Amino acid sequence: MDALLQFMLSGVTVGAVYALVALGFTIIYNASDVVNFAQGEFVMLGGMITVFTYQAGLPLPLAAVLAIAITSLVGVALNKLALEPARGAPVVSLIIITIGASIFIRGAAQLIFDKQLHRFPSFSGDAPIHIFGATLVPQSLWVIGGAVLVFIALWLFFTKTLTGKAVLATANNRLAAQLVGINTGWVMTLSFALSAAIGALAGVLVTPITLVGYDVGVGLALKGFAAAMLGGMGNPKGALVGGISLGLLEALTAGYLSSQYKDAVAFIVILAVLFVMPQGLFGKSTTERV
Amino acid sequence: MLTVEGLRSAYGRIEVLHGVDLEVRSGEIVTVVGANGAGKTTLLHCLSGTQPVSAGRIHFRGDELTTVPAYRRLRRGLAQSPEGRQIFTNLSVEENLRLGAFLFTDERVERDMQDAFAMFPILREKRNLVAGGLSGGQQQMLAIARALMGRPHCLLLDEPSMGLAPLIVAQIFEVVESLRARDVTILLVEQNAYGALKIADRGYVMETGQITMTGPAAELIADPRIREAYLGI
Ligand SMILES: Nc1ncnc2c1ncn2[C@@H]1O[C@H](COP(=O)(O)OP(=O)(O)OP(=O)(O)O)[C@@H](O)[C@H]1O
Ligand SMILES: [Mg+2]
Repeated sequence: MDALLQFMLSGVTVGAVYALVALGFTIIYNASDVVNFAQGEFVMLGGMITVFTYQAGLPLPLAAVLAIAITSLVGVALNKLALEPARGAPVVSLIIITIGASIFIRGAAQLIFDKQLHRFPSFSGDAPIHIFGATLVPQSLWVIGGAVLVFIALWLFFTKTLTGKAVLATANNRLAAQLVGINTGWVMTLSFALSAAIGALAGVLVTPITLVGYDVGVGLALKGFAAAMLGGMGNPKGALVGGISLGLLEALTAGYLSSQYKDAVAFIVILAVLFVMPQGLFGKSTTERV
Repeated sequence: MLTVEGLRSAYGRIEVLHGVDLEVRSGEIVTVVGANGAGKTTLLHCLSGTQPVSAGRIHFRGDELTTVPAYRRLRRGLAQSPEGRQIFTNLSVEENLRLGAFLFTDERVERDMQDAFAMFPILREKRNLVAGGLSGGQQQMLAIARALMGRPHCLLLDEPSMGLAPLIVAQIFEVVESLRARDVTILLVEQNAYGALKIADRGYVMETGQITMTGPAAELIADPRIREAYLGI
């Protein structure tokens, strides 16, 4: 019982990170139908930039905000420099461009920063919290809380605000969006900035637990992608549920079987779900999109 | 209200508009009729800024529009209900209408939406349904209603009768004619030349990227060449 609770707590923590990555996927996918495989690099940049600006002497909150802002600019640059010039190309080509961009960003990070693993202090100390015999580090609560807050904010943005609807409209029909007066170029800029900011936030929150290095993005992008597929690509609710489910699956497999199998079991379950429900748990084949 | 001079446009290196001149005066219903592939849709996209213009000028309500980006043209009062409807299929009927008024946040938005529902009562019934599930006729109504939500001075209408049953076509043409009373000037593009000329004040005939004939709608309907080529009489 204690063990089960322990596995679930760590599963939810990891799952919250996957959910944040998946939420980042969701925004860009909603605006452009592109799956941005550089999403994991945003997480890495969020962590790395915070580490280095913090080591340079900035207070931690300021370093974190700076990291998120710079990563947003990287996201905007990715859109302007790599994707916008290829506008009109098939979606598959655009996705390959994002894979290229992720390799480029990783290489640049290795040069600008280094190849070591880094961390900075937890926000609320490292004294474990005891819950019914299981323990949780306080930073886990930051990660989980961050994922939930970002989810609620995005859900409100897409369902309650006209700007959010404009993003959905741009994805659905760019021509019609322009005809109703939406600046679709600006919508794309906004989507990339937002998506990169969420990725960077994930990096800031999780670095004290998992550490950060120039190459942590690849694995996170794959896991986040799997989570988004499991929940239904394009749906914030799907991203959250998909992320947490994936984290739980991994933690329970690692706990009860072997940590060697955790990736395999997670992917088998995802394949099984997609086989039965090709659109994912909250996919848009059902009439509702958000 | 709208003046087009020497308009040329191309897809890649293939020019499809070879110098189009056209004028729409305030309060008029003007129609452009022409066969498949004549360039009517291309002309409307040039007017809306969603298709590049290689030469010529567009003036609208006293301002030059030629280089204004597409998303700013509705602000100037020029709306379009495009060919193929192009509604937001993933969004609800009501969301489509709300996005039609994307530029506005005042209380008139709600009033305009009620007007749209009064004009097309079926849209009120289906307001919470996903627009992609509407029938062709309902989607066309939604496309027109969405364009009107943008409070245009001039509405460009591209083939509103395409693929619809005669009864629905009659209803749509009736609504188009009724827009006169709301001070909306109309440029109507149609392959259904007879239906369009019947409600229009003036007409233009377009053939392979050029205007070949123009005049009052009543005269065009009576013209033997038009009767033979476009009216099948
Ligand atoms: N996206 C495109 N790329 C290349 N050529 C195009 C494109 N769209 C239209 N054309 C060509 O431009 C010409 C004019 O097409 P356009 O759609 O403007 O005609 P139309 O008068 O609206 O025809 P229809 O009555 O069938 O709607 C046609 O020869 C067409 O093949
Ligand atoms: Mg056409």
